[in-house]
Amino acid sequence: MTYLDYQATTPLAPEAREAMLRWLADDGFANPHSAHRMGRAAAAAVEVARDQVAALFPPGGKVVFTGSATEALNLAIRGGPYGPVAVSAIEHAAVRDTARWFGSDFELPVSADGVMDPEVPFPDEAKLIAVMQVNNEIGTVQPVARLAERARAAGALFLCDAVQGAGKIAPPAGADLIAVSAHKLYGPKGIGALWVRDGVHLSPVILGGGQEGGLRSGTLSPALCAGFGAAAALSLARMAQDAAHVEALRDAARDVLSRWTLNGSADRRWPGNLNLRLDGLDVGRLMSECRTIAFSAGSACASGSGRPSHVLAALGLSAAQAKNSIRLGFGRYTTRDELIEACRTLDAAARSQGV
Amino acid sequence: MSPDSLYLDHAATTPLLPAARDALLHGFAIWANPSSPHRPGRAARAALEEARARLKAALHWDGEVIFTSGASEALALAISRCVQPLAGVSVVEHEAVLRHAGDAARIPVDGLGLVDPAASALPGLVAVQQVNNETGVMQPLEAIAAAVRGAGGLLLADSAQGVGKLALPDADLIALSAHKFGGPIGVGALLVRDWALLRPTGGQERGYRGGTENLPGVLAMVAALEAGAGWLDHAVELRDRLDTAITAAGGVSIAEETARVPSIAAYRMPGKSANAQLIRFDGMGIAVSAGSACSSGSLRTSHVLDAMGIDGANEVIRVSIGRETTEADIDRFIAAWQQVAG
Repeated sequence: MTYLDYQATTPLAPEAREAMLRWLADDGFANPHSAHRMGRAAAAAVEVARDQVAALFPPGGKVVFTGSATEALNLAIRGGPYGPVAVSAIEHAAVRDTARWFGSDFELPVSADGVMDPEVPFPDEAKLIAVMQVNNEIGTVQPVARLAERARAAGALFLCDAVQGAGKIAPPAGADLIAVSAHKLYGPKGIGALWVRDGVHLSPVILGGGQEGGLRSGTLSPALCAGFGAAAALSLARMAQDAAHVEALRDAARDVLSRWTLNGSADRRWPGNLNLRLDGLDVGRLMSECRTIAFSAGSACASGSGRPSHVLAALGLSAAQAKNSIRLGFGRYTTRDELIEACRTLDAAARSQGV
Repeated sequence: MSPDSLYLDHAATTPLLPAARDALLHGFAIWANPSSPHRPGRAARAALEEARARLKAALHWDGEVIFTSGASEALALAISRCVQPLAGVSVVEHEAVLRHAGDAARIPVDGLGLVDPAASALPGLVAVQQVNNETGVMQPLEAIAAAVRGAGGLLLADSAQGVGKLALPDADLIALSAHKFGGPIGVGALLVRDWALLRPTGGQERGYRGGTENLPGVLAMVAALEAGAGWLDHAVELRDRLDTAITAAGGVSIAEETARVPSIAAYRMPGKSANAQLIRFDGMGIAVSAGSACSSGSLRTSHVLDAMGIDGANEVIRVSIGRETTEADIDRFIAAWQQVAG
């Protein structure tokens, strides 16, 4: 099986797994909020992990651990009150749906190459602007530093979903709130974080024991925190190396798939994402004929809901073009040989369809 | 935990069971996203749904299951998304309920910490826990459920301290947390009698809870649940031993006269503040707590003990027993208690 779905989730890094084992051992358990000695040892491990995760973000803020990036985004959006929220047309459902349910819903357009105009007009009423750093479906990198600067000038807060960029590229500068997920950077599932700039005040969504400075109640898992911390530290240490590897993979894949059309900008994208289309391609048939390759249909919303992709629609692609699209995602543990082999298999299967 | 440590704080969290650890490690290897359409994604989905079915079987629950990051999230979800607004909460609920309570009615308890079912007959969502986390007192949920439903309301039971030990209560919504019964921290569930009781918000878990599912955590939670509660018979003996010895040594066993989960006890040591006791016990390598872990370390007195009208509430500590606790452990604690009590 060749796994080419790194935007959906990434393999657990052995280093992250190892970091968790200490807190899964017989003598490793404790509630980090307990006052006794064992509780204090667990709390210390959580704080070490918090520092490791904090290194993913700019200075000048604090890390709030959550159960997922979705929860972090919910906390950021629902923790207001801000007033009206404006979100980009290509945000993940975790932002779009939350903004729709809990705030009013202004949509900021995106250009045909999947990159926002950094000078896109903001609605005057908007008090929170949400634009993601790297799009999960097409990999385009957004001009978040400029957008954040303009949001500030307009008196609005800026929320950045950095799930796909964290640990891979430099953090979004100027954001007030940044959400990340451990399992997209080779860490465990079940933990994410919201970074909150100093001076930004939020109200909690999950109330209770008052953990995380009162912003997020619920017992923290020392194991999940340690796994997240180890994965973050590894990603930062390997950032240049991982990026070079992924660029080389991208070049190799593009060579094989040179006749396929790339959805979204070729230059302003994370190289570990190729969203490609071939006119007339039957993606369902391709998936069933290439069962040893794990990839996603470009047409389906990445949340797994089966909804059509709002991202490809926002690029101006027709429904047919969206249905002709696939998403290939690769990363640290993908080898050049397996990727080339998979791309050849996909291309040959497409040809056998007559496209 | 160093070899000379004695852990009697199992209500805060209890060790991961070997079967749960094995399931977790197995789950780390099934790392694809259960929402992905490809083969590894479908395999992860199949494992998740099989775990859901096993959880329902282990709990004898034929309603729906929403996996969450823990009981706090499950309770927040239930209260914020229930089709009925929160009408009442018992005054001895965990903060995870109380802090959401707004101006909902506060349902009082008697001196034993028990809710009067008649007082919970409110038309709306009513939250009453199955087991109190500080005293172990079990609420008469069958009668409470009947009263709530008779008034046209719905019952939300926080069963964080009950699941894995007691049969599920008869409630419409039930919150549980894996790490209270030998599963890992960071996973739990909200049980819902019928989807129609909640308003969806989109995302995973049939649109009721967004976020990639923590499959390793879910697998480990189910494995822990399947380990059963056979050890509780032994816990009854251990707690009786504690009750007898501590009462004989001048202590007071809180709510001793009513039905309590056998794993939790609360004791007052007259004349010694709980904080002073904790420092002494901690120095002897014994982990116990004053009230819940979340509130430990703070100087406020327990809202639970206050609501029961307990004299000397700030002199009460919680001792909670686990699956591996032995008679020798209990005797060591009793000796330490006698020493601290002077």
